[in-house]
Amino acid sequence: MNIMTPTPPSKGRVDVDNFALSYDTLEGPVEAVSNASIHVNPGEFVSIVGPSGCGKSTLLNAVAGFLKPTRGGVTVDGEPIDGPGADRGMVFQQYSLFPWKTVKGNVEFGLKMKHLDKSSRDRAARTLLGLAGLTAFENKYPDSLSGGMKQRVGIVRALATGPKVLLLDEPFGALDAQTRVIMQQILTNMWQRLKISVLFVTHDIDEAIFLSDRVYCMTARPGSIKAEITIPLERPRHQSMMMSSEFLGLRRGLMSLIREESIKAMGGELNDLALDGLSIDLHGQSLADVL
Amino acid sequence: MKVETFALRREQQTATGPEIGAETSHVRTVQSPAGAPPQLAAYLRRWLALNRRGLRAVLIGAISLALFLLAWHLLTENRVVFFIRFTNVPSPSAVYESLTRAMQDSTFFTHVVLSCRRILFGFSLAALIAVPLGLVMGRFRVAHEILFPVMEVLRPIPAIAWVPMAIMLWPTNEQSIIYITFLGSFFPILVNTLHGMSLVDPVLVRAAQCLGAREVSIFREVYFPASLPHIFTGLTVGMGVAWVSLIAAEMISGQFGIGYFTWEAYSLVQYADIALGMICIGVLGLGSSALIRGLGRLVMPWNRT
Repeated sequence: MNIMTPTPPSKGRVDVDNFALSYDTLEGPVEAVSNASIHVNPGEFVSIVGPSGCGKSTLLNAVAGFLKPTRGGVTVDGEPIDGPGADRGMVFQQYSLFPWKTVKGNVEFGLKMKHLDKSSRDRAARTLLGLAGLTAFENKYPDSLSGGMKQRVGIVRALATGPKVLLLDEPFGALDAQTRVIMQQILTNMWQRLKISVLFVTHDIDEAIFLSDRVYCMTARPGSIKAEITIPLERPRHQSMMMSSEFLGLRRGLMSLIREESIKAMGGELNDLALDGLSIDLHGQSLADVL
Repeated sequence: MKVETFALRREQQTATGPEIGAETSHVRTVQSPAGAPPQLAAYLRRWLALNRRGLRAVLIGAISLALFLLAWHLLTENRVVFFIRFTNVPSPSAVYESLTRAMQDSTFFTHVVLSCRRILFGFSLAALIAVPLGLVMGRFRVAHEILFPVMEVLRPIPAIAWVPMAIMLWPTNEQSIIYITFLGSFFPILVNTLHGMSLVDPVLVRAAQCLGAREVSIFREVYFPASLPHIFTGLTVGMGVAWVSLIAAEMISGQFGIGYFTWEAYSLVQYADIALGMICIGVLGLGSSALIRGLGRLVMPWNRT
């Protein structure tokens, strides 16, 4: 099997229908996600944004097979998900590379699990590392790499098994702003070349718009889908598009949606006055006098 | 030298690179000055500067050891009595004399070889049982729940306290000494392996599962290598305790062995041999710890800090 053949666009459909997940506590069951339905078409790039704690990672982990829904169903190409598997590649925020394996060893790991022979493993890993510009680092251990390099290895490792869907959980959250922009570019390039379905979780609105075909916006906990936004920006995308009025319009819309939910997520006490800093009237006195 | 010229060439490249050529009225790029040609003397000076700490440690260590020998020599030659009595303590030269005598005598070698063999058997056995046991107990809750209480009761018992029981348990003297050595190193290895297993990052396990790894592969490819640094801590500590237990066991119930040699020297009023035995034990302990550390570096090439 040549892993570089693009997945036929008929594969990689993800359906999450009426998904709900709750967990038990002493006070009774607590709902993390109440009712969410999301769909990823084959070859589509879809993002989930939402306030922190809204359950967007929970959704992703359910697609990965780490969590079982309390209600509703998760299927990939019509098949219900039963535990984690190599048909869904996952990229983590903390990179989670194996520190005891070299860069190449990390990339080869999934192929080793598929019992591929050494020479074809080697060839596949080299090809992918070349695509990510990491050939010079193939024999280095992860600890000696920068964050951006580590995450490139993380993405390449997840792609090596030729998954139908790539799941990314805030993959660039730990990177600095400049590196993040370059990583986004690399990811779109690889995605366009490999024609693979992508489900991308982030709290960065710019990132979601820049990368995606569609963006789901979630409500505060218990999470559900608040809005679904189609991103009409043409491909290939360039960084300069982030300054276009179309982009800024999308950004404004998404921003206000999320702001509402973020305030809800932060608790009922936060009202507009508190946010504007006017909720405490000091009547001209200094704070020390009042206290 | 190589590094220097390489860095220099890159500098020149970027200085003439196209992305820096684009200057606008608001953006001004800074040209870096060309460096002086590298010289061997400068290279040596830099090497010295970079390795100064290490050289310093070696130098001070050597002086410290020399001072220790000198103090020992002065205290014994002058037969100092100041709370502690150095009257019967052998001097360094007496110990050296006793060493040269021992070198010509095959019995001393037999003592050393026998002790090393006991350590090899006892320690290896402990490692071969404690490491897999720790891995299994760390992975499977049931194994932990069944075995941990027993281990916790047995663990605080010092290996020396096992001597009478060991003599009853094992048919030969040799076996009971190896058993004592085994016990001494068993628990440090087990406890550290368990600790290492408890610290394995669950995200790494999930990453492996996402890449199609099943239980056996996860065990071999994630849990084991992730625990290795702690396993080696356990082996190092275990080796130390193995020597402690061995010497005690040899002194109490032994025939032959460096612990027995040391004790016998006291009974036979061969005071210089006491110190010789002690130093020999110290050197052997140091050597075996270094061996474990070296093995650790060999097995864990990623773990260089």
